[in-house]
Amino acid sequence: MSQTHTASTPAPTAAQVDDPAVHALPGPPLAFTLTGAWDIRALQHRARLLRAELKIAASTSGCHWDLSSVQRLDHIGALLIWHAWDRRRPANVRMRPEHEPFFANLDQPGEAVAAPAFDFTRPARALGRQVIGFFDHTVGIITLLGQMAIDTLRMLRHPTLGPWREVSAGIYRTGTQALAITAGVGFLIGVVLSYLSSEQLKAFGANVFIINILGIGLIRELGPVLCAVLVAGRSGSAITAQLGVMRVTEELDALSVMGIPYTVRLVLPRVIALSITLPLLILWTTTVALIGGALAAEHELGITVSQFLTGLPAAVPAVNLAIGVGKGVVFGALIAVVACHFGLRIQPNTESLGAGTTSSVVASITSVIIADAAFAILFHDVGIALM
Amino acid sequence: MTTSTTSETAARPPIIEVDGLWTQFGDHVVHRDLNLRVQPGEVMSLVGGSGSGKTTLLRQMLGLEKPTRGGIKVFGIPLQNTPREMVRRIRRRWGVLFQEGALYSALTVFDNIALPLRELRVFDEDYIHDMVMLKLDMVDIERRHAWKNPSDLSGGMVKRIALARALVLEPELIFLDEPTAGLDPDRSESFVNLIRSLREKLGLTVVMVSHDLDTIVALSHRIAVLAEQRVLVYGPLAEVIKVDHPFVQNFFLGERGQRAMSGVAAPPT
Ligand SMILES: Nc1ncnc2c1ncn2[C@@H]1O[C@H](COP(=O)(O)OP(=O)(O)OP(=O)(O)O)[C@@H](O)[C@H]1O
Ligand SMILES: [Mg+2]
Repeated sequence: MSQTHTASTPAPTAAQVDDPAVHALPGPPLAFTLTGAWDIRALQHRARLLRAELKIAASTSGCHWDLSSVQRLDHIGALLIWHAWDRRRPANVRMRPEHEPFFANLDQPGEAVAAPAFDFTRPARALGRQVIGFFDHTVGIITLLGQMAIDTLRMLRHPTLGPWREVSAGIYRTGTQALAITAGVGFLIGVVLSYLSSEQLKAFGANVFIINILGIGLIRELGPVLCAVLVAGRSGSAITAQLGVMRVTEELDALSVMGIPYTVRLVLPRVIALSITLPLLILWTTTVALIGGALAAEHELGITVSQFLTGLPAAVPAVNLAIGVGKGVVFGALIAVVACHFGLRIQPNTESLGAGTTSSVVASITSVIIADAAFAILFHDVGIALM
Repeated sequence: MTTSTTSETAARPPIIEVDGLWTQFGDHVVHRDLNLRVQPGEVMSLVGGSGSGKTTLLRQMLGLEKPTRGGIKVFGIPLQNTPREMVRRIRRRWGVLFQEGALYSALTVFDNIALPLRELRVFDEDYIHDMVMLKLDMVDIERRHAWKNPSDLSGGMVKRIALARALVLEPELIFLDEPTAGLDPDRSESFVNLIRSLREKLGLTVVMVSHDLDTIVALSHRIAVLAEQRVLVYGPLAEVIKVDHPFVQNFFLGERGQRAMSGVAAPPT
């Protein structure tokens, strides 16, 4: 900006619109002339520079200001000049009458509203909130379960009024559509597990125990948990997001004011659907995983698939299948209830939707694993074949 | 206020030009060969029955939807087949008030209004703070609401804050979809005054979709009536009401219309 503080540049003609500039006219009294367009279009590239120039100019006390050559002005430009003036109108200012209104509202300070200051007790309060939040969620889930129990009883008296359509849709979405992904993951896990165990078993010459390891491991433990984790990530998050969006768009409130309890319409069908589909998915995933494991065992240890299949009933008592399926029912209901609970708690904003979905998946996987531990304790002496 | 400004604006090129616009959803034709010109510095009101395609037309003017056929130019630049950068630059020059406000729900009121300013990356926080407060004053929102979340606001407040956000970059052109729906009469009045003063101060051009006769009558230089898949009539109020079409007659000359245009609220019977 070589021209800026040089003397008496003539004001530009009105026809063309120039870049905004500050010109100094040597005094006494020292005067500053602003020229060009002082609006957002011109200022967005030069605001920093002009602010610095204005600041230098404004530091001269008692100077005159001539704004009458400003070709265009808007609130953005006016506020920039106003800030340079230190939020006070200087004594000697000339400007076009049509530009006066831009400065008119500026000298009413209004009460200053600052952003809420940083609060040093925040970490402590966050911790407290988390602890309380945990109990809050527990109570919430229990309440939801109770409400659902009441609704189920009422529904059993009028079974035709039940949300069967929703249940059927839920089974399709959470079950049928999940067949491919669960099979793929199950097969790979079966293969990997079989390979790793084979290495160890070969060292001990205990090749035939691959059937026991895979049988018990997959049917009783890994199949159900693996499946539950997949479904929690896939369907649990979807349920939370669905209910969350319904909260955001006030659809939940619309249901309530129509006298339709959303536990019956929305929560119950999802819980029923998941507790039907998850055990079936577990059977499916476990089967595919066993096939994968058997194929890998044939390749690594030379145990044929037919050998594997004949050995399986002896190695794994049938009750394990029941335990696996039983886990599926419980896990399915658990995932659905937790997902619905978090979905119903979402606040009507996008941030909460994201956070709620994340916590829903984390909480449902955690609760599945806790439930799995409980199963392990309860059934520790059931279904383990002793050699 | 419905003074004609033709003398001063006739020479300037129109801000929006809609030429031979067709819009079709499946085999449902919404617009059939529709033409429209909006002159700079004018307030243009778009009226029409429900489902006549006002919102659709507005979205097409904003480049959010592509017409089936025909072209739309804004600031003389066609929205279709134009480099993205150019369209982006046009979008900096207009402001939009959506029917539902469309505030960013994860941001506070303050941050919602500050967002476009911050995007420019030339102003410091001190300046942005003052600018936001100025806009809040402009739309009659008390400053203590600045740190609230959009979900904690009433419908009318959301509207006014969305208007503040639309105005913060000093647009040359502003699109308003139902600006006064959900506002109390006092606030509608101050909305009318705000738009009027902005138009005088900045030469703002306004495209407004509205069903609120009081606002339409108070602000519009020209009214475009959308009916039968086209612009049935386009002109100042006096011209529009002469048209003999059931929609026009009911809309402007029904009991409600008479009351609005006579400027005195008749006592309810
Ligand atoms: N994406 C879409 N797909 C199919 N049809 C659509 C779509 N968007 C709009 N329509 C149809 O186009 C017509 C015009 O819709 P539009 O929303 O523009 O009406 P409007 O004039 O804004 O009405 P209102 O005054 O009720 O808001 C309607 O019949 C609507 O059903
Ligand atoms: Mg509409």
